[in-house]
Amino acid sequence: MSYITKSPWIIHYDGSSCNGCDIEVLACLTPLYDLERFGIVNTGNPKHADVFLITGGINEQSRAVVKNTYEQMPDPKVVVAIGICAATGGVFRECYNIMGGVDKVIPVDVYVPGCAARPESIIDGVVSALGILEEKRAKMAEKGGKKQ
Amino acid sequence: MITEIIFAIGFIIFAPFIGALIGGIDRKVTARMQGRVGPPVLQPLYDVFKLFEKEKAVVRNEVNFYIFSYLIFVVFTGALFFSGSDILLVIFALTLAHVFLILGAYAAVSPYSHIGAERELLQLMAVEPMLILAATGFYMATGSFAVKDIALWPEPIFMTIPLIFVGIVYVLTIKLRKSPFDLATSHHAHQELVKGLTTEFAGPTLGMVEIAHLYETVFFLGIVWLFFASMPWVGLLVVIIVYFIEILVDNTTTRVRWQVMLRSAWLVALVAGAVNLGVLALM
Repeated sequence: MSYITKSPWIIHYDGSSCNGCDIEVLACLTPLYDLERFGIVNTGNPKHADVFLITGGINEQSRAVVKNTYEQMPDPKVVVAIGICAATGGVFRECYNIMGGVDKVIPVDVYVPGCAARPESIIDGVVSALGILEEKRAKMAEKGGKKQ
Repeated sequence: MITEIIFAIGFIIFAPFIGALIGGIDRKVTARMQGRVGPPVLQPLYDVFKLFEKEKAVVRNEVNFYIFSYLIFVVFTGALFFSGSDILLVIFALTLAHVFLILGAYAAVSPYSHIGAERELLQLMAVEPMLILAATGFYMATGSFAVKDIALWPEPIFMTIPLIFVGIVYVLTIKLRKSPFDLATSHHAHQELVKGLTTEFAGPTLGMVEIAHLYETVFFLGIVWLFFASMPWVGLLVVIIVYFIEILVDNTTTRVRWQVMLRSAWLVALVAGAVNLGVLALM
């Protein structure tokens, strides 16, 4: 029995997105979509978070922040790249300062395409991320059991 | 003696579940007030279980020791209270528990948790006078500091010390970490400098803080109930009404500055306490 899928806490970071996807992420928490139905809370603190929602193609300056935030999250954790910029860099891909996708900096588990990604697809992405989160937890528990 | 031990053990076993149920209903009612559906009623339990599934990541090992001591002393406080022990001892044990929490936040080296710890100290300062005055009020009303004697007093103590009751309800908002006095840390997302006091606590460490909070909720509602102990069902009704008012206040007010919290809490303690105890002393 796993509880991690019943109470996934989110941290949301804007890695140089145009703010379109960020608005959609926050829209998921409004009464219309109400992510808290699934026990999802937007913590704003990497040490409390299980799911890392990240938007934008990551620039030179936010690269270190993204890495640091990811490393501060305790295992098990998943990363969801939201929007086409987070997946590939999108229209900003050719810019001199853009990394071109979140996966250039940290490992990504789920890609949610769209410009901007719709709240429904973000929720869908988070829900499929929960499956991966559960897999990671099971793996971690197995490893921990072996150690003992 | 045996009934006292049974009450203490009963508190230790059942309080977290009752606290989680109260917390779950709290979140549901809050969601309904905001026009949302809200999480399942057992969500606080899921949260705690989840936190214990996470990696044990801690800034310094002392943090775990302090937070564990916090949990132990909160449980000790509640067990003392529900076994009918001395109310002064209960209040001092509670303060000691919070001192451990503050030490834990200070031990985790981070500006955010330091600010949270300082605010928690201020909250402690704001609440303490009212708690001591309440203990004095209970003594003047019943002639005993023992919770057992107070609970078995034949008439509702509320009738003798109504103003003290008002003061306790006022500081309850601070203790339950409800808006407008949720300065140190809050259950609401994005209200705090990151997460205040609990910023640096991850996984099981945060889980212990959450469990302690569940125990504390039950303990404080127990104090509210004590004012109506001679009529248990009326007491329960009052507890429900008081908690509903707390939720309403939580959802309709914005956070105040610490100066306002400290001054208003002391003013309420001074006015409510002094007037009520003064009248009692003259009678």
